[in-house]
Amino acid sequence: MAYSEKLIDHYEKPRNVGSLDKNDASVGTGLVGAPACGDVMKLQIKVNAEGVIEDAKFKTFGCGSAIASSSLVTEWIKGKSIEEAGTIRNTEIAQHLALPPVKIHCSILAEDAIKAAIGDYKAKQAGIKAA
Amino acid sequence: MAMNLSAVSNIHPFPVIPREQIYMDYQATTPCDPGVLDKMLPYFSNIFGNPHSRNHVHGWLAEEGIEVARQQIASLLKANEKEIVFTSGATESNNLAIKGVAGFYGDKKKHIITCVTEHKCVLESCRQLEQQGFEITYLPVQQNGLIDLDNLRNSIKDETLLVSIMAVNNEIGVIQPLKEIGAICRQKGVFFHTDAAQAIGKIDIDVNEMNIDLLSLSGHKIYGPKGIGALFVRRKPRVRMQALISGGGQERGMRSGTLPTPLCVGLGEACAIAEREMKDESERIARLGHQLYTGICKKLSHVYLNGDVERRIPGNLNLSFAFVEGEGLMMGIKELSVSSGSACTSSSLEPSYVLRALGVEEELAHTSIRFGIGRFTTEEEIERAIKTVVHEVQRLRAMSPLWEMAQEGIDIKSIQWAAH
Repeated sequence: MAYSEKLIDHYEKPRNVGSLDKNDASVGTGLVGAPACGDVMKLQIKVNAEGVIEDAKFKTFGCGSAIASSSLVTEWIKGKSIEEAGTIRNTEIAQHLALPPVKIHCSILAEDAIKAAIGDYKAKQAGIKAA
Repeated sequence: MAMNLSAVSNIHPFPVIPREQIYMDYQATTPCDPGVLDKMLPYFSNIFGNPHSRNHVHGWLAEEGIEVARQQIASLLKANEKEIVFTSGATESNNLAIKGVAGFYGDKKKHIITCVTEHKCVLESCRQLEQQGFEITYLPVQQNGLIDLDNLRNSIKDETLLVSIMAVNNEIGVIQPLKEIGAICRQKGVFFHTDAAQAIGKIDIDVNEMNIDLLSLSGHKIYGPKGIGALFVRRKPRVRMQALISGGGQERGMRSGTLPTPLCVGLGEACAIAEREMKDESERIARLGHQLYTGICKKLSHVYLNGDVERRIPGNLNLSFAFVEGEGLMMGIKELSVSSGSACTSSSLEPSYVLRALGVEEELAHTSIRFGIGRFTTEEEIERAIKTVVHEVQRLRAMSPLWEMAQEGIDIKSIQWAAH
């Protein structure tokens, strides 16, 4: 099975690996997947007052396609508003990395991770307003 | 590598394996030993006759080559050459043993016992018989990968025809207690078949001492050619079988079809080399296996050996690297040709059924890599393998959310994961 150059590049030189402070109110954390299924992605976003994603970090347990998908989306969502970031579809990720059909679920997981991180951020903000 | 697999030459039109690539997948297949290839070559050209032709020297010389091979195979098993049937490989041998015996005796006895960690060709043959009205008992394995002998003994009943238990497991390398299984089967009057594809040339086999009635082996797992195997079929007391392939009645009616002389000769020579080299080779491979295992464990924590620590062949090291997914790791250690029990490397997306049968948790089954060490593995290759594995596992753990949680003391099992 030969992977695309873009995929290998993200796997070998992953962008934005790391963690943000999950207790920070401006940070949203998405944790998706399951160890028993062989993929877990943690995606974190730091959102500024204008609702723009200033920073994004990830950590992934999974195959090369899962690592590359999460690395790619951190690049894509940085500088985007959370609304824009929420429109990223798995098909775009799969197409960009030329994922083989058996690896499409990795791109789905990456899309889910973005949504989960945004959801967590919004829930935190709603909690602050309510308080 | 000691043997130059990558003889690069511009005049050769075929693809070439890169020089830096290290072959560590000896359970999948082995390269043909140069000595084996030498013996085979004349049978592709000069001695090309049909070994079943009775009336001319072309046939006689081909037949002679085959009969020498038959003796070489029998000698390795401590069997008689008349008990060796050539097949296309261990898959066919296993099919023939199980379906052939079931076909012949099935109207009297309809119960077969096998084990959950058998090779797919054994399990699928049994499944097919199940559809034909046979009852199959799939014995579980203990955490070390071995069957429980009391469990086997208690599973045998009056209708039991055959027990089929592999000698050495292909994924984890554990050695089943063949002599004990054979004794139980003989005492109970049940045929004992063993798939010995991974055992031949690695452990001593004596079909009489072990009371083995049927034994499958394969050429390409023992530095012989692909496309050839054999089935040992006991003559005293005689085991009878229904043939799966109809034709000219070759191989005493058990397997029709013209024998592929070069392949038969190659398998024979591979057995002869195995018999001669086994003792020294096992010691050398055990040293390399120890070097690899201790070298990795010295630098990495949370590494688990799958399968029994003692009762295993030294050339198979199946390790789980917790918190790092197997296929992701394989991509990082790409200069090592290895196999993984990870779901991602199988088309079904299920982790290895063998590891699951041992009770290895799914998350650890996803992190397993099988390192195969064989005849042409060198110390230098092992050192390089240790270096690259340690480096990649450390790199991937640094980007693993599970490793991070473990470092923070969070129990991964306490989290409600969504299945996907």
